[in-house]
Amino acid sequence: MPYIPHTPDDMRAMLDRIGVPSIDSLFDEIPADLRVESLPGVPDALTEMEISRLAAQRAAADGSPLNFIGAGAYEHHIPAPVWALVTRGEIYSAYTPYQAEASQGTLQIMYEYQSMIAGLVAMDVSNASLYEGASALAEACLMAVRAHRRSKSARILMPETVNPVWRRVASAITEGQGLRLENVACDAATGRIDPAALAALAGEDITALVVPQPNFFGQLEDADALTRWARANGALVIAAVNPVSLAVMKPPGEWGDGGADIACGDAQPFGVPLSSGGPYVGFMACRMEHVRQLPGRIAGRTVDTEGKPGFTLTLQAREQHIRRAKATSNICTNQGLLMSAATIHLALIGPTGLERVARACIARTSELVAALTQLPGVRAAFPGPRFHEAVLRLDRPVAPVLEALAADGIIGGFDLARDYPVLGDALLVCATETRTRADIEAYARALGGVLGRAAAT
Amino acid sequence: MSQIPADLRYTKSHEWMRTLPDGTVEIGITDHAQQSLGDLVFVEVPEAGRRLTAGDACAVVESVKAASDVYSPLTGEVVAGNPGLATQPELINKDPFGEGWILRLKPSGGSAAAESLDAAAYQAVVAAGG
Repeated sequence: MPYIPHTPDDMRAMLDRIGVPSIDSLFDEIPADLRVESLPGVPDALTEMEISRLAAQRAAADGSPLNFIGAGAYEHHIPAPVWALVTRGEIYSAYTPYQAEASQGTLQIMYEYQSMIAGLVAMDVSNASLYEGASALAEACLMAVRAHRRSKSARILMPETVNPVWRRVASAITEGQGLRLENVACDAATGRIDPAALAALAGEDITALVVPQPNFFGQLEDADALTRWARANGALVIAAVNPVSLAVMKPPGEWGDGGADIACGDAQPFGVPLSSGGPYVGFMACRMEHVRQLPGRIAGRTVDTEGKPGFTLTLQAREQHIRRAKATSNICTNQGLLMSAATIHLALIGPTGLERVARACIARTSELVAALTQLPGVRAAFPGPRFHEAVLRLDRPVAPVLEALAADGIIGGFDLARDYPVLGDALLVCATETRTRADIEAYARALGGVLGRAAAT
Repeated sequence: MSQIPADLRYTKSHEWMRTLPDGTVEIGITDHAQQSLGDLVFVEVPEAGRRLTAGDACAVVESVKAASDVYSPLTGEVVAGNPGLATQPELINKDPFGEGWILRLKPSGGSAAAESLDAAAYQAVVAAGG
């Protein structure tokens, strides 16, 4: 798509044609008191030379610490071909072109991506991606309300074991639209959804239950039982899943009796670097019976008038350019670039590669927990199976310990104090396939040193 | 030229109404409406028991080129949505006034369709390009 700038003469001619004196006057309908005339706190523009130097300094300040933090975004090895291919001119766009401009290649990548996601979650249909996992969860809640027409409550049960950042984003997006996201308590002994909290809600009009798997603590929920509970109580099931885990775990489409209705999550672990928090790429899939409530684009495979295979956007009557105010979502684009990275990443490593990654994550995390809980004052908070994260309890506040570790070049984990005060001095740690035995030993040594130093003073 | 059966009542938004012997009213979209939409690929019908006020959007008809709401011409309670449309939306294209009915409604007391048109008046709406 070429970039065609407008000259001042072009703009003058266009304004004259529509009979408007200036570009500013196009915004006359916005009341003066709603306009922001200046942006306090935003510094003056920098030159290219200045900004390059600043960016280099900031990048250098990050260093290359050993990372043991997950909490929703995960460091995985990204094979070199992924970004060599994604940055080619044919693909390197942040934006999804509209149908008229979408090349067959772009459409085919979407189609392959959708096929991979649908395969991973064992569901019928996937969209061509959403912004990231948090807004994908919000869209899944909105979709559940549209899809479950017998339920009048617009109540979504949102367990505390769902990523707290995702919960906040989902609330921000959905509550203005009349949804009620209700907490379901976590059992502080198991780190999983408290069955008693759920049982207390039996028989009420509930639109959907969100089931995180693995949950924010890395613990495995009893997804089969939760799905059965939701079915028995007339609620839909929204699965919020880590896509890497699906290489070794039962997919949402097979949970309970009949599977979840909607699956969503973040595909960042597939070829997308951490990049200080984004951009990432959300995924979303569902059973065919709900497809008309699925937001976002869907690419389909078809044949042209001569019978030759080709790809096209399909089921567009859900989308805002046709459905206007009643569209399934105001999302008209997707994370095309990162979706492409995820597709190429998965194509490169394949099902066996993904399974090896998942198994390595589980093994490394077990080793990490074993090494750290050898230290006095450190113990695992929860028993039971986990994926690639674990909660540790320390014998003192976590924040100063993390600061001391950072000084040793180690990002030691995610402090749970703010989001889960009930857990006390609790630390969420993660080890993926990128952490070696030596890395884990280095962490254990550093933590031992920090805890010992503090104890000595 | 589209069909406009003389024994039905119509709305300006291209719904038709047929009063059945038991007093319920069958509602669908007209031949003119289905021709304008083109081949239908999906129809969302209302659930039995839903209360509708005249003018409420009560169904969605989706064709290969557009999706449109169907508005209830009457106030009342839905007795049935046409179950056949879930798998055969094309019934509306083939037989808009018969097998392609969309819902049956039990009107609330005395809510005869005040705004309804007879065939001749609806013909005039269509002729005027409504």
